[in-house]
Amino acid sequence: MTSFHPGDRVRVRAAEKPGHVRAPDYLKGRSGWISSILGHFPNPEDLAYGLSGMPERTLYRVGFRQSGLWDGYEGPAGDRLYADVYEHWLEPEGEQ
Amino acid sequence: MSDGHPHEKVRHERSPYAARIRAMEALLVEKGLLTEAEIQDRIAYMDSRSPANGAKLVARAWTDPEFKERLLSGAKSAAGELGLDATHEAELIVVENTPGTHNLIVCTLCSCYPRAVLGRPPDWYKSFEYRSRAVREPRAVMREFGFEPEEGVEVAVHDSTADARYMVLPMRPPGTEDMGEEELATLVTRDALIGVSVPKAPSRAG
Repeated sequence: MTSFHPGDRVRVRAAEKPGHVRAPDYLKGRSGWISSILGHFPNPEDLAYGLSGMPERTLYRVGFRQSGLWDGYEGPAGDRLYADVYEHWLEPEGEQ
Repeated sequence: MSDGHPHEKVRHERSPYAARIRAMEALLVEKGLLTEAEIQDRIAYMDSRSPANGAKLVARAWTDPEFKERLLSGAKSAAGELGLDATHEAELIVVENTPGTHNLIVCTLCSCYPRAVLGRPPDWYKSFEYRSRAVREPRAVMREFGFEPEEGVEVAVHDSTADARYMVLPMRPPGTEDMGEEELATLVTRDALIGVSVPKAPSRAG
């Protein structure tokens, strides 16, 4: 399942999940854009516990404005950060 | 723990972790899941990886624009052209420094690193300090490495949070127009491939 496409505005889910998680806390609840689709991979959050990781999840490269991530960020407005985020951690921006 | 088998080789263990790894290795071999030869082959493979491999890719990209396009669009197969086996990485992505953008690589969650082309990461790359500060204040971190992007250059940080590994393709420094591929490769340091620094032309003074 590939729900998002390059350029789409997305938000990282502000959810808590125990155990092995690949969405860093500092991005939870933050908005960005889909930069590219990296492919489909077994879910590493399940692989970590010896499960199959199936079905495969779509992995996106997501861009964020640094000034939107950190208070008092030092650097120009164009500075950005890219992280690789799995489909199940993303929601369309605007939805809660 | 030793149960005193006289035929066992005595190894000097540096830490409890090393001892634990030796025990796991012995069990895997004993249960037939791995052979000693496979373990040695894998160690040899890991030891053959070094930043010199990344430097070769960069020097080729600087001298061959078509190779550069292939490196940026499909790094694994481009690495294969130079005899570098990057097939162990799920994804290998090369990000290009340009006059407008400087790239920096980090893994905030652990120590993900393009080992297939660069070998093992330096200790500082795995430190909590680098991992937390590279995303929050990348410019301060680069200054501490003695590097500051020029005025107007934007910084793009890449946090390797999942199945892709990243390497920076730095810009070819000015003053290197007469250099060949091998000499160019000597300018490309590990730190430049991570993005905390950039390659510098050797000083011709004196």
